[in-house]
Parts: sequence; structure tokens; C-alpha cells
Amino acid sequence: MNIVVAMKQVPDLQQVRIKNREPVIEGVPFTLGIIDKNALEAGVQLKEAAGSNLIVVSAGNEEVEETIKEALAAGADEAYLVLDDKLDGMESSLTASLLAATIQKIDDVGLVLFGEGSGDNYSGQVGSRVAEILGLPQVGYVSKIELDGTVARITRSLEDCEELLEVQLPVVVTVMGGINEPRIPSVSQILKAGRKPKEILDLDDLDIEIAEDKKISTLSNLAPETDRKRVAVKSVTELITVLQAEGFVGR
Amino acid sequence: MAGILIYSEKSKLALELLTAARLIAKGTGLNIKILCINSDKQAEEMVAQGAETYHIKEQNLNLADTAAVASALQQAAGKLDASIVILSSNRRGKELSGRLAQKLDAGCLSDVTSLQVKDGKVQCARNALGGATIATQQIETDMQVIALAPRSFEPAGLQDSGSLKEMAIEIESSLIKVLESRSKAGDAADIEAADILVVVGQGMEQGDMVLAESIARALGGEIACSKPVATDKKWLPEDRIVGLSGKKCKPQLAIILGISGQVQFNVGIRDANTIIAINNDENAYILQMADYAMVADLKEVLPELNKALGY
Ligand SMILES: Cc1cc2nc3c(=O)[nH]c(=O)nc-3n(C[C@H](O)[C@H](O)[C@H](O)COP(=O)(O)OP(=O)(O)OC[C@H]3O[C@@H](n4cnc5c(N)ncnc54)[C@H](O)[C@@H]3O)c2cc1C
Ligand SMILES: Nc1ncnc2c1ncn2[C@@H]1O[C@H](COP(=O)(O)O)[C@@H](O)[C@H]1O
Repeated sequence: MNIVVAMKQVPDLQQVRIKNREPVIEGVPFTLGIIDKNALEAGVQLKEAAGSNLIVVSAGNEEVEETIKEALAAGADEAYLVLDDKLDGMESSLTASLLAATIQKIDDVGLVLFGEGSGDNYSGQVGSRVAEILGLPQVGYVSKIELDGTVARITRSLEDCEELLEVQLPVVVTVMGGINEPRIPSVSQILKAGRKPKEILDLDDLDIEIAEDKKISTLSNLAPETDRKRVAVKSVTELITVLQAEGFVGR
Repeated sequence: MAGILIYSEKSKLALELLTAARLIAKGTGLNIKILCINSDKQAEEMVAQGAETYHIKEQNLNLADTAAVASALQQAAGKLDASIVILSSNRRGKELSGRLAQKLDAGCLSDVTSLQVKDGKVQCARNALGGATIATQQIETDMQVIALAPRSFEPAGLQDSGSLKEMAIEIESSLIKVLESRSKAGDAADIEAADILVVVGQGMEQGDMVLAESIARALGGEIACSKPVATDKKWLPEDRIVGLSGKKCKPQLAIILGISGQVQFNVGIRDANTIIAINNDENAYILQMADYAMVADLKEVLPELNKALGY
């Protein structure tokens, strides 16, 4: 059985600076989404338990080929990548059709793993859209997965309750951030990652047109205005004085 | 006439959607229909709020099966001629929104925190880049799916003219079986309602949590935390998390202890009136977004502060 995990390359958000309320993305290095690493780790653990094959899929600009090495080093066996610089900033519906078409090229898929949200967009749409295109059942916000033959027992964690579900394979699962501690690959794993098989696809291979009309348009994208006093406080005594002056103690 | 269809499995959230839908209705002239699934109680409540309510009663429709619920909504949207579907962006709602949007070939925006209607278009605001920015976006397709972040709108007030109809739909057999459902032990605190929050992060030591709690109590506030404190360290329950995947809080005062200030955290606290931050790293970003910034070691500050507040 093949386990597929979808991972997105995103700009390293810790390095995005704000200038005149505009985010400066240019020159920021790419990385894999943090929660996508949780999805990968879940896949690695299941693959080790079940002896299956783990395939990472990703769609994005040409740099994905480099960025994805980390996933191959951390335990994925193969990568299927849809690469085109036109794909930068693509919307969720297009991402979903590309990923679904890619997954359809893979045989004997038992489980498709997503993160609950991508590092930059965090819209939580892509997994659900892919499940619909593939016509598969889905479980979101998953905190635990056990494979048992042709079924999976999956725990979905909602705000106020936990559901233990039994689902017929194949199934699409989106994992919660923090459900596991993603492993950090060793140097020798990183070296070997370059030799693992990669299937590079372009848009023609998938027979998917990029529609001229966008489903979503972005009118503006600005950092909120902040206006903080930024006073340095040197001691606990000064801190208490501040709390008193602001009326929070001694009211 | 085309309309707006709203649905959430939680009555309180459905009422928030109703408020937003009334805003959209005012700007577009669309009428509002509300869907309930297998809940007489919710259906009655919605009628009492003046909503045109449709109730699907199908014991075989399993809320844990997102595909099935999306199919129910797709059928309802078709029967009721809805062009905008509004859901809540709680976990179930967010999961549902993508699946439904795909079925309807619709554009979809989730985690929407505010909206306005301009020239008949619904402009939605949502956090982007992990919360570093706020994007204003609109859906260009004929069908639209919008999922609203919980608590972004007040629950709707009473209105008359409510009505109730049952709706029949077709369902397929489900591939998902619920073996068990257990409620989470939430605690009584509501960090969104608190005037004062003491927010702790990974710079805390577990042994000092009692001090942070005591400081919160002395100030009449609640304790809250960054995500890893709840999810990795499990010192506090998840409903105390502040941030992008936690709660967006607007207290009068937030005292932030041992938190670095990454965007996904900041978005949950940047609307606080006054921010005090204590961190031993002078370059920690949180100090830049504080009104009062203290560079100090919590191990030393906390006992002293606790004492100064009278404990
Ligand atoms: C999609 C997504 C959603 C997320 N949602 C959230 C969310 O909702 N909420 C959230 O909080 N995070 C969220 N995160 C995680 C977030 O990116 C950060 O990892 C997290 O906020 C860091 O928590 P922290 O500041 O407590 O820990 P750290 O980043 O480890 O910071 C600890 C701080 O403590 C300071 N410190 C250490 N020792 C001391 C000492 N003795 N005295 C004083 N200071 C000390 C350090 O200098 C450091 O600044 C999300 C991440 C992703 C990818
Ligand atoms: N371009 C992409 N390539 C591969 N996987 C993706 C891509 N975009 C999103 N995903 C997956 O879909 C999940 C949800 O993304 P989003 O809907 O953007 O929040 C992510 O956590 C990834 O697992």
C-alpha cells in the first residue's frame, strides 16, 4: 500500500519583514509548512508500522525540488512534484486539482495525509477539496491514526469533543498541528535524500489548464497598524508603578 | 430569488452567521435561509430568531461524515436557490467548507473575521501569512462559500416572522462509523471574556506556573498560554491557547511571560489595550509589540512580582 503526504513549500514566515505595512517576501528562503511536517511524521510512523511506501506530493515553483529534499531525508521514499513557476501564489482550488491529478497517477493509495492548514495560507481547504475530487471519505483535525487491514481507526479532535471513527480505506486525513514531534534527519539521511526517486510533472502531464478567471481576488494585504508605547521597564518596582498608573492594581 | 444559506451544527455559531447574513442581505437584497440538521431544538431556536428555517431530519445523516454533510448542503443550496453559503469556521465548519466549495465549484474563504458589501460584492477580511497581515479578499464565482471565524460577529437578536419547513434529501451509505465520542474536559474559564490575561509561554518553567496563576488571581485575571504550552507541554488545556489556531483576545491588559512573539501567537493578542511583556532575550519580537517591555529572567521576576502583589 502507498501512503501519500501532501506538503507545501512556503516562505519562512519568521523571516518575512513588514515595510510600510507591506510584507516583504522577496529573498525569503522557502521551507516546508510546520504542520505539513507533522503530517509527514505521521506518515513515516505508519509506514514503519505497516511496511508501506511513503510518497510525498507537492505543487509549486521550481524551487520545490530543492525544498522537498528535507521530506525525503525525514522518511519519504519518493516524491511526485508538479513544478512550474506560474504556480506561485496559486489558489486552493487549483492546488487541489493538481494534487488530485497527481495522486491519481499513484497506484494502490490507502491513505492521503494533509496538514490542517498550510504555513502561509492556513485556509484548511486543500485537503477537503482533494477528498471531494477523488471521491474519498475524509477526516479532519486528526490527533491519532491506526491502520488495521482495510480500515483505519482515526481520532478527530474537535473544540469540545473527540470522535473515534472507523473508516474504510482509502481515506483522506488532515492532521492537527503538534500531534507528533517531527524527526530531524541525520546528515547521512540528507545525503541519501538526493538519490531518492523523484517524478517531476508539468502541467501538460496532468492535462490541467490554469483558468484565466480567478475564483478569489485579493484587494489588499497589509499588516495591521500598531501603536504601542514601547516603554522599557527596568525593575519589578517600576512594573508595579506602571500597573498602578494604568489602574490595574490598587483600584 | 437567489438567497443566502447558513448552517452550523452549533446554535450559538449559527446565530453569529445570521448576524453576518443580515449584513450581506442588506447590501445585496438576497434573502436568508437557515438549515438545521437533526436538531429540533436548534430548529425551534432559529425560528424564534425570525429565521426562515429548513430542517433535514435524516437519522442516517452522520455529522462526522464531512462528505455526507457537504452533499446535504449542496442539495439544500440547490433546492433553495442559494448563491452564498455561510458556515462557521470552527473545525467542523472549516473542514466542511472546502468540500462543499469543491462540490459547488465555488470560491471559498475561511476564517473570515469581518466583512462588508461593496457594489454587491462581499469583501472579506482574513488573516494571511500566519497572521502577519490581514488580507481583504472577495469571491468571484457565482457560488460562494464563506466560513466565518467564531465570535467575529455578535449572535443575532430576536426577530419575528420565523418559519419552519422540513426538507428531504438523498443520502448515500456512509464509509465512516462513529465508534465513540467523548467530550473534552474543558474548564470554566473564558479567556476571551477576561479583562486581564496573564499569558505564559515556553520561557516558563513548570514549577513557576503556580506563580503565574497567583499573579493572575491577584490581578483578577485569567491565565492563558501560547500553543506549545498546551499542545506539547500540556500544562494548560487547549482552550487557553491564544493565537491563530487558538483564541483572539481583546483584554484591557495582557501580561506576556516568556513568549517569543511569533506571528501566529501575536494575532491572538494584538488587540489588547495594554501589553506588558517580560522576556530575557532583548531581541524577542514580543518586546516590540509591548507598551511596557521588561528584559529580565522570569525565574527572578516572578517571585518578586508575586510578592509585590500581596502574596
Ligand atoms: C499554522 C500555525 C498555527 C499556529 N497557531 C498558534 C497559536 O494559535 N498560538 C500560538 O501561541 N502559537 C501558534 N503557532 C506556533 C507559533 O509559531 C510558535 O511556535 C509559538 O507561538 C511559540 O511559543 P512560545 O513563544 O511560547 O515559545 P518560544 O518561541 O520557544 O519562545 C519562548 C520565549 O521565552 C523566552 N525565555 C526563555 N527563558 C526565559 C526566562 N527564563 N525568562 C524570560 N524569558 C525566557 C525566550 O527568550 C523566548 O523568547 C502556530 C504555528 C503554525 C504553523
Ligand atoms: N502547493 C501544495 N503542495 C502540496 N500540498 C499542499 C499545497 N498546498 C496545500 N497543501 C496541503 O494542503 C494542506 C492545507 O492547505 P491550505 O488549504 O492552504 O490550508 C497543507 O497543510 C498541505 O498538506
